[in-house]
Amino acid sequence: MSKDWPLWEVFIRSKNGLSHKHAGSLHAADAEMAIENARDVYTRRNEGVSIWVVESRHITASNPEEAESLFDPAKDKVYRHPTFYDLPDEVTHI
Amino acid sequence: MNLEQQFQARIDQEIKVEPRDWMPEEYRQMNIRQIAQHAHSEIVGMLPEGNWITRAPSLRRKVALLAKVQDEGGHGLYLYSAAETLGISREELIDQLHEGKAKYSSIFNYPALTWADIGAIGWLVDGAAIMNQVSLTRTSYGPYARAMVRICKEESFHQRQGYEILLTLCRGTQEQKAMAQDSLNRWWWPALMMFGPNDDQSTHTEKSMNWKLKRKKNDELRQQFVDVTVPQAEYLGITVPDPDLKWNEERGHYDFGEINWDEFWQVVKGNGPCNKKRMNDRIKAHEEGAWVREAAMAYAEKRQQRKLQQAS
Amino acid sequence: MNHQESLYHFALQMGDNALILGQRLSEWCGHGPVLEQDIAITNIALDHVGQARSWLQYAAELEGKGRTEDDLAFLRPEFEYRNVLLVEQPNTDWAYTIVRSFLFDTFNYFHHVELTQSTDPGVAAIAEKSLKEITYHLRYSSEWMIRLGDGTELSHDKMQQALDDLWMFSGELTAMTSLETSLAAAGLAPDLSGIKPLYDGRIAAVIQEATLEVPSGAYMQTGGKEGRHTEYMGFILAEMQSLQRQMPGLKW
Repeated sequence: MSKDWPLWEVFIRSKNGLSHKHAGSLHAADAEMAIENARDVYTRRNEGVSIWVVESRHITASNPEEAESLFDPAKDKVYRHPTFYDLPDEVTHI
Repeated sequence: MNLEQQFQARIDQEIKVEPRDWMPEEYRQMNIRQIAQHAHSEIVGMLPEGNWITRAPSLRRKVALLAKVQDEGGHGLYLYSAAETLGISREELIDQLHEGKAKYSSIFNYPALTWADIGAIGWLVDGAAIMNQVSLTRTSYGPYARAMVRICKEESFHQRQGYEILLTLCRGTQEQKAMAQDSLNRWWWPALMMFGPNDDQSTHTEKSMNWKLKRKKNDELRQQFVDVTVPQAEYLGITVPDPDLKWNEERGHYDFGEINWDEFWQVVKGNGPCNKKRMNDRIKAHEEGAWVREAAMAYAEKRQQRKLQQAS
Repeated sequence: MNHQESLYHFALQMGDNALILGQRLSEWCGHGPVLEQDIAITNIALDHVGQARSWLQYAAELEGKGRTEDDLAFLRPEFEYRNVLLVEQPNTDWAYTIVRSFLFDTFNYFHHVELTQSTDPGVAAIAEKSLKEITYHLRYSSEWMIRLGDGTELSHDKMQQALDDLWMFSGELTAMTSLETSLAAAGLAPDLSGIKPLYDGRIAAVIQEATLEVPSGAYMQTGGKEGRHTEYMGFILAEMQSLQRQMPGLKW
């Protein structure tokens, strides 16, 4: 009985200065192989300058059923945004 | 509203379904089936063209074909990954293929006999696939839609690669042009069959459309394909092998002849010229790779153990 | 032979090594042991064919008779191909493929490091560009040597067998031909006796880490660099050249 290689999630920095972004997933026996496979699978067209891989089972995700209680409360906190505060136009550089 | 109605309401608002969201079991199963079929098609699709990599007639053609067939492997990989988010492993999906329980596009059960076939596959088979895939970039299941976006971006060179091969042949000698015509003769009808049975014969169409798993119907896509492809054939100066093909001014579309559905169903059932060879090739690669996959896993585990021992 | 002619033959030799190994590796496309490695080995095949193009284009330019990379790749008779015997050996399985690549990549790496210093700017430029790819090839094949050598009992035995069988083709890599001796004297290409200790050291280290044994007592085969090939070569060319031979002189 052959044992399937574990699943890894791949994150790619597309160019210097940007953060890594989820690109997709793949199978690999170990982390080094996962990096190399990610290079061959997700950067064939020069899409990256840096790769992160993490085994999928190590990712903890928020529960979609709790999405309303987690994220909706942030919708009405308008005072967190700069446009909430009235300043006269004469005041600059602020 | 019950769960299923809420689900439908979200789909109707074009809200994507994500892996951990609640979904009807039937939606999950239909998605797995459709994505897996798509993934298998990419992988089996590597074989007919792969046959010509070692015989490509120039180095430029050789690298282009290698890169293209490799892309198909990549596309299979993206799609298997999308299917895996629905709770099925790649191993299970591959077993289903090898046991004959899963389908793949029947077109790959036809042989690639000449170099012109590599042109025809790129032009017609990829052309038909792209038409379907573009519509699927808006499919309702998030991971599938994202895989499709990536695939469509990468596929754009495939069809051009194929058309350029045929264009070169059609501008070449009589012998080369005849080779191009012969390939169109053999690939035209199977390419039209790629869109699947007529909508009134298709079992899942309605549900698929409601859940936005499919965004366009088979016949609509097929018509679209004929409409864009016929002028491309005319430009090449080769003839589409359909005596009933003609422009219908009133409809604003080409009319075309009846597809040989008996042949279609025979090939689907396993009676095409290459069904057995394709499956044997895939099974052979998988079985011969078993010791490699096992050894890599054994080594990874050994190394993990050694690391732990060193740490303690 | 003047320098120009020597360089032409050298560019052919470099191009042929890359072309024939690329041809062999490309046979894996669609048949790899796992999808990820199918894609990986094809990337490496693409690198080799790409390098072959650079060398053969340069060879055509040096020859100056209006031939193209494709004329050189597809229309020479077998005895004019100058690749080493190792690269024409069949894929057989993943073990043979990895061992063949590992032996070749190790030599190719140290060779290219030196070639970047060639007094010929054309050679130095191709070497510079190829070296990045070759560095990765060596990393890849070395990792697989270790992974499979130190994997399961079965994989260990398969790797040792492949190593034993291919070993007799490894000596040719660092054996100097008269062409290479004259190029070295002119600083156009390195003296291979300088590369040999680096090559031997690296090979031995990886084989040891892979828990494998360096084969001993093999009588080394040579001849590829002078156009005398193994029986496999004729079949490779029959396949690769088939269309160009059936319908010569056409555009594809």
